Amino acid sequence: MHRFANPARFLRIARPLTPALFWLGLILTLAACIWGLFFTPTERLMGDTVKIIFVHVPAAWLGMGGWTGIAIASIVQLVWRHPLAGVSARAIAVPGATFAAICLITGSIWGRPTWGTWWVWDGRLTSMLVLFFLYLGYIALSNASSNKGDTSRVAAVFGIIGAINIPIINRSVIWWESQHQKASITLGGSSIDSAYLVPLFVAVAGFSLLFGALVLMRMRAALAEMRIEARMRRMAES
Amino acid sequence: MKPKHQRLLLAIIAVAALVGAGLIAASALREEASYFYTPTTLVAANVEPGKAIRLGGMVQKGSIVRGGDGVSITFTVRDQRRSQKVAYRGITPDLFGEGSGVVADGRLGPDRVFVADSLLAKHDENYVPRELADIDMSAAAKTKDTLVP
Repeated sequence: MHRFANPARFLRIARPLTPALFWLGLILTLAACIWGLFFTPTERLMGDTVKIIFVHVPAAWLGMGGWTGIAIASIVQLVWRHPLAGVSARAIAVPGATFAAICLITGSIWGRPTWGTWWVWDGRLTSMLVLFFLYLGYIALSNASSNKGDTSRVAAVFGIIGAINIPIINRSVIWWESQHQKASITLGGSSIDSAYLVPLFVAVAGFSLLFGALVLMRMRAALAEMRIEARMRRMAES
Repeated sequence: MKPKHQRLLLAIIAVAALVGAGLIAASALREEASYFYTPTTLVAANVEPGKAIRLGGMVQKGSIVRGGDGVSITFTVRDQRRSQKVAYRGITPDLFGEGSGVVADGRLGPDRVFVADSLLAKHDENYVPRELADIDMSAAAKTKDTLVP
């Protein structure tokens, strides 16, 4: 792991990787959206509103995956003092919050025609909203430090504690009776017809690559700011 | 012990404690955090008539009776063990129908009939194209939903 501890080595890999992830992700996302919107059949009960799934599900998974990434990076930061761990955790926060928000908004739009309501306070919807608020808290906390590149330990601890919400979101529809239906895609298989499942996985791949590109961009920006700050400090001292 | 290993041990203990606390809290919330009563939990909770509650379950096949005024409707909500009669006046959601899931806001009447103020449809986790739905209704039978009788 410490092979990548050197920011210069990381940048050598991240620099060509960023546009590759971005363009591949953009192509897959656009393809999945066009496929999902125009070339999938209407659903037996929901009709055309089923097509929101191609944005809603990838956004939900990435919102949850983002915090899982923050938690893992935070542990690596605290235990191994890996210099890039904190930077990567901070870089995940804004894209993660964005995807959690997309999940909540598309879910609300989907809920109105299918369930008959924009919002209910059931276990799934509430725990997902809590995830969004945790992201906001994490962003505020990690920006609270005056040092630009500083990766505070308070934020890392918060990132680990907040991870307890991730299994709660996942289990919410199993533990508690909820308005939201149970999981369609589990390790055991899927109850989504392949007509929807295949473009859905293309969308998940596309959105994930875009997410990765965004995180790399933000990490590179953070490292550049750290270098500027270090240089300024040296200039001020001399 | 190297400081790195000390921190690792501390992190493992902290995460384990956190997961334990989360699981204990979640299991304590088991009943309270449910969004609605099913007919079975409704009986177990012994809710008095007139108290605002939420009831959910599957609409029993053949139970929907529409009134002559066009807006009154009665039907039976089922879970795996029990059923509960529901009366409602108003427009039903598009996805409402026999065999589909429903969540109703309302209260128990003195005659033990649940009087609903509002109805929400509950979709199951199966996604089936319309042209396949006639051929393959087995998907609905495979639902993991515990509400299915």
